[in-house]
Amino acid sequence: MATTVTSTLTVRVLLFGSYAEALERGALDLTFSGPVTVGEALARLRALPGGERLPAKPLCALNLQQARMGSPLTEGDELAILPPLAGG
Amino acid sequence: MSFLTEDPIDLGCLLALVQSPARGGIASFLGIVRNHQSGRAVVGLDYSAYAPMAEAVSQEIVSEAESRWDVAVSLLHRIGKLSVGDTAVAVVAASAHRDDAFLACRYVIEQVKRRVPIWKKEYYADGSVMWVGSGEAREQARTADRI
Repeated sequence: MATTVTSTLTVRVLLFGSYAEALERGALDLTFSGPVTVGEALARLRALPGGERLPAKPLCALNLQQARMGSPLTEGDELAILPPLAGG
Repeated sequence: MSFLTEDPIDLGCLLALVQSPARGGIASFLGIVRNHQSGRAVVGLDYSAYAPMAEAVSQEIVSEAESRWDVAVSLLHRIGKLSVGDTAVAVVAASAHRDDAFLACRYVIEQVKRRVPIWKKEYYADGSVMWVGSGEAREQARTADRI
């Protein structure tokens, strides 16, 4: 009998400003059962309570670098969801 | 050196970092918390940041300015609760001559506003609070217009 190996991956998601308030937390871990992109992780976030207040394509950073919706995620990545910047 | 601080910004310290006998022109910019925004009375701000990325991007911006012009640049952004009149951000650019100092100083503050992951929450005199630049803030404003 063949054995099916399922490789899961977990990414750390950081939320800031109005997005942290919307989801009532500044960080959470998301676990996926297979390959996933930034956009797919966002869809998971937007399905959480309060997540509907996140735009479909917010500014994102993957391991401190600006990321695209199609950027692939790997185990242990840090994905930051960034509201519109307002420094200065 | 860190580009973020929770302590009051001391312009003298930033000047000391870039002054030298060869640099005869120094331009500085201070961003100060003002008491109004879009016609509303503001009493304070609360700045927060994605600190590791804010530090990295700030270093990139300073390096870009220092490679583009013949300048030495110091930059510091305040994080936390600030009152009207407090300095939120300071840029100092020192060069042999004024042209490079002015250009580099302007470049750095514009890039900070555009690229550094920092957010601010505005506190108004009427007791309301709003994240600056958020879609929610714009929605609240539109709703207010309709009422």
